[in-house]
Amino acid sequence: MSQQLISNHIRKLRFNADEMTQQALADKTGVTRQTIVAIENGKYFPTLELAFRIARVFNLPLEEVFSFHVEEDTKQTTEKKIK
Amino acid sequence: MDNKEKQILVTAISLVLIFGCYALYVYNKYIAMNFAILNDFKFWGIAFLILIPVTIVAQIIIHIIFAIINKMVTNEDMVTLRDERDKLIELKAIQISHWIFTLGFLLAMGSQAIGMPHYSMFITLIVSGFISGIISEIAKIYFYRKGF
Repeated sequence: MSQQLISNHIRKLRFNADEMTQQALADKTGVTRQTIVAIENGKYFPTLELAFRIARVFNLPLEEVFSFHVEEDTKQTTEKKIK
Repeated sequence: MDNKEKQILVTAISLVLIFGCYALYVYNKYIAMNFAILNDFKFWGIAFLILIPVTIVAQIIIHIIFAIINKMVTNEDMVTLRDERDKLIELKAIQISHWIFTLGFLLAMGSQAIGMPHYSMFITLIVSGFISGIISEIAKIYFYRKGF
């Protein structure tokens, strides 16, 4: 078993894009500002379609906006034991 | 608290108010004077059928009033856009509400299986419908705040 984590760099990318507001990004991707906030805070993982739409706003490939990590449970168990 | 959460809270509060007022009205007008009416299936049928349109109309009116007051106080328009996250949260809330109502339905049938009066089945059904509606709204607020 493994834990899957998706992280993103949207906040940094917005800052680099002339400090684009969350509302502006939301308008360009057709979602609400609350959804952008939730994605940035890691509280919601977008669908593939929305992820592509966000990447398109920044003119970047998907993997430069979102990254995928796999953390092995065994690794976590070992760390807990050490602690 | 954002507009979406406010709308959900208004729905939950209005559900309590509507159900409370309706239950009080029906009790005072029909049940208090004649307890035998509780065993009349026709009474329960009418009570259920009237509750549905009353709830819908009252909810619409309350939401319109809320939108007007909210606009006057905060100068913000209500969010009408429903994106993928909203739909997912709604589905999850409906799923929870469905399980709670199913539990209520089983309790209602159980009450008949152990020989309780017929009105206990209707009361259990109506209360479980109300509770499932409230829990659904609470679940929406929980998912909006905590994420998933």
